[in-house]
This record gives sequence, structure tokens and C-alpha cells, in this order.
Amino acid sequence: MAVKLVLNGQETSLDVDPEMPLLWAIRDIAGLTGTKYACGKALCGSCTVHVDGRPMRSCAIPVSTAAGKTVTTIEGISDDGNHPVQIAWRQLNVAQCGYCQSGQIMSAVALLERNPNPSDDDIVSAMSGNICRCGTYTRIREAIQRAAEGQS
Amino acid sequence: MSELRKISRREFMRRTGQAGGGLVFALTFASACTPAEQAAAPEEKQAASVAPNVYVNIRNDGIVEIYCHRSEMGQGIRTSLAQVIADELEADWDKVEVLQAIGDEKYGDQNTDGSTSIRKQFDLLRNAGATARDMMLAAAAATWDVPADECVARRHAVHHEASGRSAGYGELVDTASGLPQPESAEFKSRDDYRYIGKPMDTIDGMAFTTGTAVYATDVTLPDMVYATIERCPVLGGKVASLDDTAAREISGVVDVIRMPEPTVPPVFNVLGGVAVLATNSWAAEQGRKALKIEWDRGANATYSSDTYKKQLIASASAPGNVMLNRGDADAEVANVHEATYYAPHLAQAPMEPPAAAARVNDDGTCEVWACTQHPQAARDTVAGTLGLDKKQVTVNVTLLGGGFGRKSKPDFIAEAAWLAQRAGRPVKVQWTREDDIRHGYFHAVSAQYFRAGMDADGVTKTWLHRTSFPSISSTFAPDVPGPQADELGLGAMDCPWDVPNLRLEACDAPAHVRIGWLRSVCNIFHAFGACGFVDELAHLKGQDPKDHLIDMIGPARLIDPAADGGKFSNYGQDLAQHPVDTGRLAGVAKKVADMAGWGRELPEGRGLGIAAHRSFLSYVGAVAEVSVDADGKIRVEDMWICIDAGLVVNPDRVHSQMEGAAIFGMSLALHGDITAQGGAVVEGNFDTYPVVRIGEVPRKIHTHIMPSDELPGGVGEPGVPPIAPAIVNAYFAASGERVRELPLRNLGLV
Repeated sequence: MAVKLVLNGQETSLDVDPEMPLLWAIRDIAGLTGTKYACGKALCGSCTVHVDGRPMRSCAIPVSTAAGKTVTTIEGISDDGNHPVQIAWRQLNVAQCGYCQSGQIMSAVALLERNPNPSDDDIVSAMSGNICRCGTYTRIREAIQRAAEGQS
Repeated sequence: MSELRKISRREFMRRTGQAGGGLVFALTFASACTPAEQAAAPEEKQAASVAPNVYVNIRNDGIVEIYCHRSEMGQGIRTSLAQVIADELEADWDKVEVLQAIGDEKYGDQNTDGSTSIRKQFDLLRNAGATARDMMLAAAAATWDVPADECVARRHAVHHEASGRSAGYGELVDTASGLPQPESAEFKSRDDYRYIGKPMDTIDGMAFTTGTAVYATDVTLPDMVYATIERCPVLGGKVASLDDTAAREISGVVDVIRMPEPTVPPVFNVLGGVAVLATNSWAAEQGRKALKIEWDRGANATYSSDTYKKQLIASASAPGNVMLNRGDADAEVANVHEATYYAPHLAQAPMEPPAAAARVNDDGTCEVWACTQHPQAARDTVAGTLGLDKKQVTVNVTLLGGGFGRKSKPDFIAEAAWLAQRAGRPVKVQWTREDDIRHGYFHAVSAQYFRAGMDADGVTKTWLHRTSFPSISSTFAPDVPGPQADELGLGAMDCPWDVPNLRLEACDAPAHVRIGWLRSVCNIFHAFGACGFVDELAHLKGQDPKDHLIDMIGPARLIDPAADGGKFSNYGQDLAQHPVDTGRLAGVAKKVADMAGWGRELPEGRGLGIAAHRSFLSYVGAVAEVSVDADGKIRVEDMWICIDAGLVVNPDRVHSQMEGAAIFGMSLALHGDITAQGGAVVEGNFDTYPVVRIGEVPRKIHTHIMPSDELPGGVGEPGVPPIAPAIVNAYFAASGERVRELPLRNLGLV
């Protein structure tokens, strides 16, 4: 059965088991590997994508729930890697190993889209589903504040 | 380079949808080729180039390619290594491209472990850059027919001041290619450093922020299948019976294959079990769930953490093998204090679980793509597993989504290679998070017994430390009874306390799971015990814990454990060049106390705790400020860390390693606990094996790097050991309750 969705602005038809988690449909079928597997149970946020603009853990939702919706991955938030969040991330050299950072950035972008001037508590609340084992949290917090200042 | 590889590279690009940005392309593909091979590939239209050594290739378009032979797992080595080489080479940073080297002895030691990349290879890297620079100088001198010592290299060009002539590095390539490779060269003086010591931006920043960075888990090969493996819950267990009928009926499942049985000792060999191969990850996972396996669980099925904890504490409570002895630690004293510390197994839990892709070619050769910290061990292990000569094995090193010691062990790479050979097509093995947590090479569970004796004036005169934990050596040899000397060298044998009577004993502890390295290794529990116990003594004596710590460290002096009979490896480096310097240890303790405003008034329910520890040739002091709420729960409110790592190459990456170490240390202090029941690990994912999240972390982690002219020490690991003791010492200051066991979560404090 084909699942139709708009993936990073492109009408996309994925011929997959509708129960397949969106994560694997994005990675294995659509071939977009920026979205990461790390827990498989919506515990760590590495697989965060936007479904109709809302941050979702793609490892824990079947691809069928995205049918007819728009899905944005890390590859789709800017054409040139220069979304204000991406710029702030680079200016502060946030990433260490980088693996969780796609998910972190997707959560941060979603936060700023609904709340352009987040408080510290807002940031913690929006980002607490994203684990970074390298421990880049303090720079993530700073980068979100910087991106918010740049946007506002 | 074979035709097959060229085709697969293009195919790989298409399939992964990679945009082919320079660094990503280089990392993924050029890593498989030597400079000479690249230059020889006609379809690539590579510029002619010259390779002054295996680490540098200068192209005639002026680009300097630097081969990073160390694995990038977040420490920033692809940036720092290039900084050192580019600096000596006088290369323009904008004209440097970093390629990832394959696993090959020609690069020397590639084992990215032990915080060694800079501390052990600073001179090697400088030499790589300096000899390349000299080659450019020689080429210019030959071109202009002037003495080489009249030429200077500056900013990617050679200049002859007397005649006003200049030539860019790219222009000199053709001439240089006819010259011999210089073996050694003079290094720049420190005052002339252009990049060393500067906070250069991470070269992979764009890839990291756009999802184009390639980790092992992202590798896709033509005709590849996805494999997941169900392994016996107990180490050494075997498949007693298998019914794979239902699994084979899952749409997308291609094959079900029984893995070779595990070996004793486990070494880096495959762990046995049953693999499901499918056309996508989801089908593989579904197939795996449908397997019906009965296990013969074997001798380790009796392993239970509750029972073992009692055994371990009993072992540490009785005399063990004396590993270090000074004076008489049993000497008569006025007052004695004793305590036992316990810390559990831990899992490294890198965000990218182990993953590797492998292909066995028609000629029998094997190529793997893997997130490995140890590319040469991966090559040897794959060769051994497949019965190949290692020359027939190519190990391509991807980025690592975290390592922390887990990816030093290439068992998962052996699995992929073995399955690729057996299946006759490319295979990617992906470990699940549960696989990672349950089947790892665990940080050792430990018990530490301490006894100190004070004279009538409260001065510590005797110190007895017994340490008991299953040895990493048990992973490599059968029947290892307990801790080995090299493990006691990790934060026990170089005991810094200024006491006339000192004894260190190793107490037996058998292993029932695979034991392996985890970021800072035995330093974690040795520092936890020693720095916690010293804090106990301070309070017993009624002394300020910071002043007492500095008193215990004593006057500035160099310690040689050999003088007390200790077989101290000093992290594999010369003790004369990298002494155990108590002055530097006291220095970081004093500095971090100043940073934290030690001695200031704190509200009720708040406390400061301090710890300082030397590891991997560097010295780190840490202060934690904690609060305890009405429910008795602890919160780390603030954290300060000061490192003396000698000369540092990239201060921003050192700061980031200290920030990360603080958070890694918080995770193990607050949450980390791997337990076994019936030989099987109980925890499985981030719900049962939590790590610190953003809301638990102080708003800022204050870091400081001591200015130093000393030789470089390690950076990746040394920040971790003092964190847990600083937190428990702060908890005592806040609550009056002493914690001698990790994690705090198990005591109801989190």
C-alpha cells in the first residue's frame, strides 16, 4: 500500500507497510538519513521531525499517521543550511558528535515557530525530550536564545 | 581502485541523497583511497598532487588534504588534528580539507581511546605538517635555484624575500613530486602558532547542522539488506532451539541466519544469536520479534547484581594483593576511620547504537563502513572472523555518534562482515538501543574499602585503599581473578595524598558480563571513593573540605609510584615527561574553588562540594553546588570545572569536553545503573537507564583551562572522574548525609 505525504515540500508516495514507523520510511525508503534512530520508543528525540508543523518522534508513529500531511525533516528546514537555528548552532559550536543534533534542531525550530521569544523554562520544556549523551545542553540553550534574538 | 568501487560510490550518493558537500564526500568515500589512488583515478579528474607523508596530500589546485587517522566521536579531533598539521605546514585554513583515513598501520596508532590523540601524537602531527612545509620550501628553492634556508613558508606560499619571488603551494606540487619525502623537520616556535591554541570552529559544523554528516548507521550499499540480531540474554549462552517459521513469513524478511557461537573469552568476537535479514529495518525488527528461540544460558546465568554486590563488598573488606606499599599502613594511630564505597556497572550508551555495513566482494575481499574507535582492531577482527588476510580487508571509518569506549570494540563490525560473507550480499547490522544496553562491554561494578588513621593532632598518617572490580582483562583472557596493575594505574596507584604510610590492595572479583572501557574507566570509581573519603575525613577533623583537600595533596612534589613498588604505566607515557605533579593537582583545586566562590554563605539546604583528580596526564578540579528540596531530592544547581591539560590545541573543544564531562559525570552520579538478574541485564532503554536531560543541568557549566607550557595531556576523559565525588560531597554539605553508593537515584534522592 502506498502512503502519500508531502516530504520536505515534495509530493511523495512511499510503498510501505502502513505500520512501518515514519522514521524507517524516511530513512530506509525515502533515503533521507539526517533523521536518526537512537531509542525506538520516543524516549530520546533523535528522530524528531515536523508533521504538519508539530514536532513528532518519528520512531514511534506509523507512517500511515502522516498520510496526507506535510513532513519536514532536518534536510527540509532550509535550502542552504542557514536557518537561524542552524546558524546559531554553528556559531556556538554546539555539536560534539552531532548525532542527536538533527532532532535537537528540529525541536528548537518547532519551539521558535510557535514561541519566538521563549523563556528559559519554555526552552527546557520544549527540549526535555531530546537527549544528548555528549552533554551539549548548555550550548543548546544558549543557541536557542541566540536564534530567538536573531529572529525577533 | 576497482571499477566496482567507483560505481558504488556514485550509487551510494544517489541512494543516500547526499548533496556531496566536500567534507561529507571526503569523509564517506575518499577515506577508502590513498592519496596516490585518488590522483590516479581518471574519472575523478583529480588534480596532480604530492603526498609528503601519509597524513598530507597537497593538490596542484592548492588544496591541502589532511588525512585524519583518528576517529571523530565528538571530541573534535578532525578539527584539532588538522589545526596542528596546518599550523606547522603554514597552510591557509580555508584551503584545508579533512579526509578520514581508513584503518591501516601506515598511520601509526589509530586507537582513539585513552584520550591519546593529542597527548601521544602532538609531535607526530607537527612533524607531518613540518615535513610537508619543508617539502614546499625545497621545491621552491629548486625552482628558483636558491638555498632553501633563504625561503620562508607563510600562509600557503613560499616566499624568497631577497628576490621578491613567491609561489603558492599548488604551484609547487609538480616540482615537489620529484623530491624525496623529508622524514623530520624543525617545529615552529610556540609564539608563531597560527591555529594551535585557537578556538577554531568545528570543521563538520555544516554537516552536523544539516543532517548530511554520515555515521555508520547512515551507510547504504547497493543490494544491501538490513540485519538485526537476537542474542542470548546471558553472556556465553547459546541457541538451544530455533523456530524461524513465523519470522520468514514476515514481508520483507530475506533470510534468518544463526550466528557463530560466542567464544570464551569473548574478546571482540561475535556474540552468537540469530540474525534476521530484511529489505528494511522495520521488516527486520518484525522478523526478529517473530523468532522463537530457546536458549542454553550457560554458566553466567547465576549472575545477580544483588548477590554480587555483597560478594564484592566482602572481597574489598578482606586483604587483597598488595599493589603499592609505603611505610606501614597498619601503624598505630590515635583515630581510625573506615568506609566502603560502591558503584555499579554502567553502559556507554552512545546516541548512535553500534552499527556497521559490510560487503564481501567476488574476489573474497571485504570492505566495511563502521563507527569504530579502533580501525586497525576492526580490520584484524574482521580478517580473523572471515579467515582473510588483513590486506584483504578495508575498514572505512565513518563519523561516530558518540563512542565513550563502546566503539573501541569491533564485535558489531565482525557481525556485519560475517553476515555479508554468509548472505552473499552487503549487510548493515544495526543494534537497537536495547541491544546496546543489554549486550555491551560494561564499565565494571566496584567496591572500594578505605581506612585512614589520624594522629592526635588530626593529621592523616595512614591510608589503606582496597579496590575490587571485575577486570577488563577478563574480556581478553579466561579466568582473570580480579583487578590488574594497569587498571590500578587508573586513579589509584598515583594516589596524591601526602601520607607517610600507604597501601593499595587489589581484591578479587570474577566477571560475568563483558567488561570494557567507559570514558575515564576505573578513574570513575577510584576518584569517587578517594575524593569522597577525603571529604569524610575533613568533616571528621572539623576542617574546611577545600583546605583539607589541599592539605591532603600536600606540598608540590613529583610522585613516582615505583618508589613504593607500584607498576604504574602512567597512561603509556614517560613519567619524566609527564610526572605526577601534586602542585598542578593542588593548582586546579584552588582555582576551581576560587571560581565557585568557595566559602560564601549559602542558604539552608544548599552545599558546595569539591574534588580533584589526575587522569590521562591531566589534572581536573570540580566544584558542584547542590540543593536539597523538602522531599529530600537533590538538584545540581551549578558546576565549575578547571582543567590543567598542559598545552591545548583547541580551547573551545576543551571547554566543550569539560561541559560534556560534567554532564556525563552527572548522569553516572544521579542515574547510571546496569544490573543483572539470572545473568541477563535488566535495563534496556533510556526509561530504565536514564541519562541526564536538559532540565537537570545547570544553566551554565563554568569551565577554565589553566594556561600552561607543559606537554599536552588528555582531554576527553579527565573531566569525568571528579564530578560524582564533587556532587556527593556537596550533598553532604547540604544535608549532612554521606553517600557512599551510586547512583543517587537508587537512594531516592533523584
